[in-house]
Amino acid sequence: MSRERLPFHTAREVRDAVLARQISAVEVCEATLARIAAQNTALNAFLSVAAERAIERARAIDRDKHTGPLAGVPIAVKDNIMTRGITTTAASKMLRTFVPPYDATVVARLEASGAVVIGKTNCDEFAMGSTTENSAFGPSRNPWNPDYISGGSSGGSAVAVAAGLSPIALGSDTGGSIRQPASLCGIVGLKPTYGRVSRYGLIAFASSLDQVGPMARTAYDAATALSVLAGPDPLDATASQQPCADYAGALSGDIRGVRLGVPRRMLEQGVEPAVHGCFDGALEILRARGAELVDIDLPHAPFAISTYYVIATAEASSNLARYDGVRYGFRAEGGRNVREMYEKTRSQGFGPEVKRRIMLGTYVLSAGYYDAYYLKAQQVRTLVRRDYDRAFETVDAVVMPTSPTAAFRIGEKVEDPLSLYLTDVFTVSANLAGLPALSIPCGLTPDSLPIGLQLTGKPFDEATLLRIGDSYERDTNWWKACPS
Amino acid sequence: MVAFGMPERLTRADVDRIAALARLELSDAEKDLFVHQLSHVLEYAEQIQQIDTSGVPPTSQVLSHMPADRDDERRPGLTNAEALANAPDPSPQTGLFRVPRVL
Repeated sequence: MSRERLPFHTAREVRDAVLARQISAVEVCEATLARIAAQNTALNAFLSVAAERAIERARAIDRDKHTGPLAGVPIAVKDNIMTRGITTTAASKMLRTFVPPYDATVVARLEASGAVVIGKTNCDEFAMGSTTENSAFGPSRNPWNPDYISGGSSGGSAVAVAAGLSPIALGSDTGGSIRQPASLCGIVGLKPTYGRVSRYGLIAFASSLDQVGPMARTAYDAATALSVLAGPDPLDATASQQPCADYAGALSGDIRGVRLGVPRRMLEQGVEPAVHGCFDGALEILRARGAELVDIDLPHAPFAISTYYVIATAEASSNLARYDGVRYGFRAEGGRNVREMYEKTRSQGFGPEVKRRIMLGTYVLSAGYYDAYYLKAQQVRTLVRRDYDRAFETVDAVVMPTSPTAAFRIGEKVEDPLSLYLTDVFTVSANLAGLPALSIPCGLTPDSLPIGLQLTGKPFDEATLLRIGDSYERDTNWWKACPS
Repeated sequence: MVAFGMPERLTRADVDRIAALARLELSDAEKDLFVHQLSHVLEYAEQIQQIDTSGVPPTSQVLSHMPADRDDERRPGLTNAEALANAPDPSPQTGLFRVPRVL
């Protein structure tokens, strides 16, 4: 454990050092807060920093000699996850001053495990986007090149981990929002199976797709965090009773005989050459470690984006109806009656992308269009799931790039929403099918921008994905790469 | 891409109707932009129409079995003061949220 390298230590190293009394949780916390203070102006990873609460918490860890799996480990939490007493904005003007009266289940579990919540991270407004450019508080910047997007929507969380501002962060993933920024910032991101992790206290975007998950530097740290986060919750009826695995214990390094499905047809067009190159290189390493590569077909995958944008916007238009200026959040001035107040509040409180999605969702649910769009998309969702069911009869996991491109310049695609939606091509189907999916760093472009490899698994089989990811890390150094 | 001169999928009247349903008050500039952008997205989304889905059940959620309901027991909830703490126009005397007149 070296104090100079402290920002880039893994959570496992931090916890071991705290337990061995080589460093105190308070020292870790203070060093982390100092680094955030020095770097956040440039990176805009954090929307708020909970310095006092964090120090107080770290003191308690030291005093009680906490031995939890994340004892003394700083955690950054995406700002669409409720933290009692810490402003939670979902990066929206609508919730700019909202202070939650309760903690999300995931936050309560992390704190019980000894983790120290240090602050709230930037994201696209209400998690709608893949760049953080939709944040009401400005975009986060990619630590590998600050002119480039961080990815999104959990961009601030990805930047926090990649820039050494926090070894672990929480994200949420509705269509790729953990995995894509993890890929673009060169870190590990896990979207668990739908139902694996409680959504209680996650600000709802699309309730049948949303999942909370960990972002970290290693598969091991993601596995440790998942063990803390996963499991049933009396406060979320969709949190599954399915038993949890020993995720960290499953990291044997051995992937001999693991069958990996490669959906070749999906990779034929639209994938950047550098991404292709890194992907092929990663497949070779996995093969050398004993995995067997099998060509598969996911015939409905080309329709996943259309399906996703119908279903996600429909659910969003319903979920976001609650922001009406009555019980919490922003209220616009000048409404002469309650309806005018609603309309002015929603028009001034929501940003352009959120309005666009509410409009689209309202349209596809409206009389005369429901069957053609929403019902049809739900049927195609069934077909997307069946494709995976069929694939998993012969393979243990599916491998794809996480994103067809590395990060692009901030501002490059803001005028063309559809072009941005299309970059979700490899991530949305895991949400539609409810499957776990992991992104791990697998290379850099010639311009030193990170590229990620995605593994999608069977329902509740996060352990296999993490085992493959960890095994891959043992033969590569991409996970150690840090922005200069 | 929508070619020049092609009619858009949505008209201004459609956008007005949807905005009213969604309780959004849009500026003229926003309406013009949304006519174009939403038409563009809908045109793309229409590709799902080519798939034969006859006899395919819809998926509204992916859980194979919903967990059993928990017992319906009284638990502590928010106090009135906590519930009002984030309200833009609370009325602490009555313990209610205040809104402009309804009619």
